[in-house]
This record gives sequence, structure tokens and C-alpha cells, in this order.
Amino acid sequence: MKKRTLFLNVMALLVSAALCGCGGSKSTEASEPVKNSSEAPASLAAEADTTAAAETAEPGDGGSAVVGVTHDLVSLDPHQSTDARTRSVVFNLYEGLVKPDPDGNLIPAVASDYEISDDAAVYTFTLRDGIKFHDGSLVTAEDIKYSIERYAEIQGESSAFSVFDHVEIPDEKTIKVYLKEGYSEFLPEITFGIIPASNPDPEKNPIGTGPFKFVSYTPGQKLEVEKFEDYWQEGLPYLDHVEFKITADSDTAFMELQAGTIDILDYLTGAQVKAAGADCQILEGTQNMVQGMFLNHTYEPLSDVRVRQAICYAVNKEEINNFLYDGKSHLIGSHMIPKLVRYYEPAAEDLYPYDTEKAKELLAEAGYPDGFDLEIIATTASTQYMDAAQIIADQLTRAGIRTTIRQIEWSSWLDEVYHGKQFQATVVGFDGSLAPNYWMKRYVTGSSKNFMNYSSEEYDDTYQKALMAVDDSEKAELYKRCQMILAEDAESVFIQDPANYVAVNNRLGGYQFYPLSAQDLSVVYEK
Amino acid sequence: MMKYITRKFVTLIITLLLISAMTFGAFSVIPGDASLSRLGTEATQEQIEALREEMGLNRPITERYASWVFHAIHGDFGESLRYSGTTVQELLEDRLPVTVLLAVIALIMMFAFSVPLALLSVRFRNHWQDTVISQLVQVVMAIPSFFLGILLTYLFGIALHMFQPGKFISPSEDFWASVHYLIFPAMAIALPKGAMVIRFIRNAVLGEMKKEYVRTARSKGNGRDRILYVHVLRNALIPVITFGAMIAAQVLAGSIIVEQVFSVPGVGRLLVSSISARDYPVVQAIVIYITAIVVIMNFTVDVLYQIADPRVKGDQG
Repeated sequence: MKKRTLFLNVMALLVSAALCGCGGSKSTEASEPVKNSSEAPASLAAEADTTAAAETAEPGDGGSAVVGVTHDLVSLDPHQSTDARTRSVVFNLYEGLVKPDPDGNLIPAVASDYEISDDAAVYTFTLRDGIKFHDGSLVTAEDIKYSIERYAEIQGESSAFSVFDHVEIPDEKTIKVYLKEGYSEFLPEITFGIIPASNPDPEKNPIGTGPFKFVSYTPGQKLEVEKFEDYWQEGLPYLDHVEFKITADSDTAFMELQAGTIDILDYLTGAQVKAAGADCQILEGTQNMVQGMFLNHTYEPLSDVRVRQAICYAVNKEEINNFLYDGKSHLIGSHMIPKLVRYYEPAAEDLYPYDTEKAKELLAEAGYPDGFDLEIIATTASTQYMDAAQIIADQLTRAGIRTTIRQIEWSSWLDEVYHGKQFQATVVGFDGSLAPNYWMKRYVTGSSKNFMNYSSEEYDDTYQKALMAVDDSEKAELYKRCQMILAEDAESVFIQDPANYVAVNNRLGGYQFYPLSAQDLSVVYEK
Repeated sequence: MMKYITRKFVTLIITLLLISAMTFGAFSVIPGDASLSRLGTEATQEQIEALREEMGLNRPITERYASWVFHAIHGDFGESLRYSGTTVQELLEDRLPVTVLLAVIALIMMFAFSVPLALLSVRFRNHWQDTVISQLVQVVMAIPSFFLGILLTYLFGIALHMFQPGKFISPSEDFWASVHYLIFPAMAIALPKGAMVIRFIRNAVLGEMKKEYVRTARSKGNGRDRILYVHVLRNALIPVITFGAMIAAQVLAGSIIVEQVFSVPGVGRLLVSSISARDYPVVQAIVIYITAIVVIMNFTVDVLYQIADPRVKGDQG
């Protein structure tokens, strides 16, 4: 039996290696093409699962865990960490005045309470009583003022934080944040870590208020943290020691998971899920990411809305989902993740059902009866983008668009495509925050993140109104309208919020998914 | 001899300068820079500008290169751009011993099995022993090293539990535990390289066997073994030394793929990740190290030639 599983594992590896090599070949059909169920997000089911497990085994203190991290950490300084993967790790070291919970609500953390003025221009926070930094010192209002000012300076004038005006501390328990104008989406911006003003080197000696405190960091190898005894949330964390083990190669990381060296590993591929073995359970969440094929509107054929619509019709999202994520991703139709339920517009999903004939008609109408040349740039940063690009290329070719793929490395992609805007189409994914504007502002005319060169007056207007709206339901309506504009304009091909498979060793329980990049180890316990 | 060493040393310096200038040039040509790859997609224009300024990327390339050379001569390779606050020296001090240890184990292993097998193959050429060895060599050489690495991990790590994949212990922490772990990645390096060595020795020896002095030796009544070990082997050694040194240089330069698969924190892995992060101070230092290794290996080979074949004089080389 043992031999058999080994053989199977080796075979699975061979197959996955072969798949990596030839990408879009469709020889292995997904074994059970599950339809994407819109009524129950997959992660909720997974959460239910883990809570069920929690009931049978009472969480106990102590123990340790090794978390596999398949990317390099950019910085341990919470105000410098710009990428989602790093933020999900340092989430365990730092806390903001408020912090997200697994349902996407913002709950008080370093602050015990907050109040927002009616015009949303003044945010008043009350400092939590007796909350301490990892070095044992009490958090003061001065530290908070220092953190906010430092963060604002690092973020710079063109960031969302530019609405910030100044901080006042009327007494030692109260922090008042003044904005230049009313801005009701400021709360998600203030989730960055509060750090002590007395620490000269937050990069090398990270001190925060999070559930774990820093032990050591070896660049490119591992980050070790241990339980913070004075953590303000009673009973948390459970584990004494956590190691974030950096293994750049995801196949190697997967092998270490099978060997038991790594206990928790996220972003598994569909093939890895099948080969994971009996030692770990697979939880299913979402990557909280808008994955799509983004189109450059300055490329002649793509400037015509009919051509872009034709591409949308020609892409079979279901096929991509089935092939790469066993059908567990949430298919989307605009630039917003379904987890932000209040702001998400489900109607955008159904605008372009897969229809090659319709695509050909639209192309002919637009003056391209014989199709045109399209180069898709895919980055080698992630196999999921490359695989998706392969499938799309195949689908577009069927609709008569002569598609080629060019692979480039991530750094080159950032330079050429993202900042240089030299591309026709590119497959990539974007993550975001709990603030809806974070997702939508990319499409505003002239935004530095608008690498698609999209421009629509109607969109700009609607977005501006949405941003300014203080009433939440009005805001939600306007953001939904924004999403519909993007979808109707076929701005890009918005494909899916991909499924995130996380393997957790059977000896651990309590793992929870968040609607944004966060891996919360404080709730994980040894069974 | 002194003159010879001086000349080699000058060659080394010139090579290092050329290589470092080329690496620098390459980094200014390829798209992307360290600031972009560090800040990712969420960076604002100001953040990028500020970081570029801080990293000194806005200065002209000649100025940067000159200042790099100046500092490098003084033994200061600067700070990593990716891991701010960490010097290149610190990064390398961590990884060099690992790579060197891995290389030494791999080389010992490689010669330990390849030389006897090669001699066996020659001794029994055209017999079944030779056929079996040749076939095995053929197979091992055909397996890509990443795949061999994965195979070995599964076999020794996951099935036989002889080591725990990913649980590398640094040699400064526990030397023998480290050696124990490194045996398996070393195997992944030694097998394909050793197969090449076997083939190379076999061909070299068989080539020598056809020469006339062998016939002379035999006609003088020397036995087969005596001819092989006393006369032929010595003459066949020169190309083998060259080849062995090439492989040693390759192995010491860090085995990128094997380090990746076995998650050994060596120089090769650092080099790859530093290139993709455009962390040029680290890349520069590693390239310098690799170049130095190759040049020093060549020098060693020259010296070994003289020992193997006294007709070769250093001064002529």
C-alpha cells in the first residue's frame, strides 16, 4: 500500500511536471467538473468544516507550526510591505488601530473603540487599556501618532493616504485623525501596524502588538516568531512557536509538505491537491484576487469596444476554472471580488456567455472578419497565469484571433507592461483591500495604475461620486454601477477570483480564511 | 615559477574586472530594476522615485561601477538592495560554507564511484560488466537534474525516511547533521557528473590503449594490468584532470537546481533569486566568486599537469 502511494505520488508529480511544461494541453480532464455554486461561497463551507473540527477537539495551548511561504519577504517593516504575500505574513506581528476579521469586518485592535464624524472627516480612536508592545512597554498615543505620520510619509502624496491631514492627541487615551475632506473609506486604510516611536530600526528589529513576537529572520530562508504572552486578546495565540519557511519553488515546498517539514501551505494547484496524501486536510478558500486578461486600449484593434466584447465572448471562463482550479473558483465579470458582498455586482458575471459565433460576428462587424494578431504576455512569476494564458490563447484562436504568448519574468513585466504600458494583452491577478475604491480606482482616467489606458467619462464621474458618498448604500449602488460600466465596455476580460487550496497538517486545527491577504496563525492550534 | 604565478594573478584581476563590468552592463540593459521589483504593483510613483534615489539607481552607470570597484577592492561589497539593512557579506557568509560543503561532499562521492567504475569498465571492455556500466551511464546522464533531485527526495526522504526534505541544518549549528542532509543533494549532483567522468575516463584510456607504446610495452612482456595502471593511466590522466577541474568549478559555483529542489540555502539559490529581484550588488559578488573559482581551478590544473607529466613546464605554459 505504502509503495503504491509512493508510486502514485511520483506519477502525479510526473504529470504535473508535464503539465507545467506543456501548459494548456487538455489531455487530463478535470475529474469532477463541479459547477461554480454562486449561492454558497466555497470558503464558508471550509470554515464550517474547521469549526466542526474545533468542537470535537478543544484548542489547547502550546505546540508549534511551520508555514510554507513560496515567495520572498519584501520587508518586515509594516509600513514598507507593499505586496500582499508579505503582508499576509507580517499580519501576525503587527496590528493596526483596527484590524480585519475573517468576515471582512473591521474590528478594534490597538484602539478599543472608534468614532467617525458625520462628514467622515474626523476619526476618533480610543486607545485600548494596558495594551503592550512586544518589548513590554505600553502603547502610548504618541506611538500611534508617530506610526500614522511615518506611514503617511512613506506612502506619499499619490496614495490613498493622501487624504490624511494631521493627528491630534487631546489626551493620552484619545487619538483624533483629521482628513483633508470627508472620506468614508478611511478605516480600511488604517489597518497598518502600530509601532513604537522608540524603535530606531523596525526593519531589523520588528516590534509590534500582534499575537506573535519576532525571534529571528534569515533573508530568503525563514522568519521565526514566538507567542507574545501579553497579547491583549485573552487566550490567544495557542501556538508557542511559528516558523515561516521560505521555499521559493512551489514544487519543492509541496514536497516538504508531504514530508511533514511544512505544516501549512497555501495556493496549491489542482494537481497538488490530488497528490497531497492523507497527512493533511485540504481547505478551500478564495485567493481574493481579480484574475483576468487585461487589454491595452491603445492597441489599435482593442480600442474598438466590439473587438473587446468579441474577446469576452470568445473566452470560456468555465473551462479555465475547471482546468486550473477544479471548477472551484468564483467566475467574475468585473474588477471586484465576490467576498466584498456589499459592493459586489453579481449581474456583471453574466454579460458575456461563451459564444464563439457571436465573437466572430462582432469581429466582422468591427472590420476584422479575418481576425487580427494578438500577443498575450504572461509572467513566469506564477504558473497559474501562464496556464490561463495558454488556455485563453487556444480559445481565441478558435474565434479567429491569431494569438501568441510571450513569457517574461516578473521584474520585466513590472517595467515593460505595468509601468511602461508596452503590451497588447496580459494575464495577471490583482489583490486589494477591504476598501472598495482600492479595486475601482485603477480604471480612472490617468491613474498611475491604469496600465490598460482605459478612459471613460461616465466611469470617472460615477467613481468620483461613489468615493465621495458617505451613505453606505448609496456608495454601494454607485460602485456597482462602476463595475457594470467596466463590464459593458468590456474593459478587460475579468475571469475569476481563483480558488485557494490550503493544506493543513492533520495535527493542526483552527485555520481561517480572510477576505484579504492574511494568514492568521493566532487562531491555529495543535490538536 | 614565480613569473608564472604573477602572470596568472594578473590574468585573474583582468578577468574579474571584465566580468564585473559585463554583469554591470547586463543589469542596465535588462528591463526592471530593484526598486520596481521590491515595491510591486501597489507602489506609487513617489515611492519608486524615493527608493531609486535611496538605492542610488539614479546615478549614471559608470559612476556606480567606479564606486563599486573602489569599494570592492577594499573588501566592501555593499548592501543588498532587496534585503535592506543586510550586507552582501552577511548574505554570502551564510551561504558560501553551505555551497562549499555540498561541493566537497559531491566531489568526493563522484570520484569515489566514478574512477573505480571507469577502470572496471576499461578492464572488462566489451564484456558484460562494461555493457552494464555503459548502459547505466547512459541512463543517468539522460535524467534531467531537477527530476533526479525530485526522485531522490521521494525515495530517500518520503519513502525511506532517511532524511527530512526541507529540514536543512546549517553547518555552523551542527556540522554532522548538516553533512547528513547534504549527502542526498550531493548525490543528485554526483550521479550525472560522475557518469560523465566515467565515460570520459573510459574513452581517454581506450584512446591511449591504441597507441604504439602500449604495443611496445606488451611486447616487452608486461601484463595487461601493469600496462593499464602503470603506463596508460598516467598518460590518460591529463584530459581527465582538465575535465575533473571543470566539473569541480561547476559544482563549487553552486548547483542552482539541486539547491532549489532540496531547499539548500546555497549560493546558487541566492544568485537566481537575486537576479530576478535585480539585486545587483549580490549578483556582482557571486559572479566575482564564481569567476575566481574558475580561474583558480584552471591554475590548479596547470600545476597538476606538471605533476602528472613532468614534460610540461610551468614557464612554457
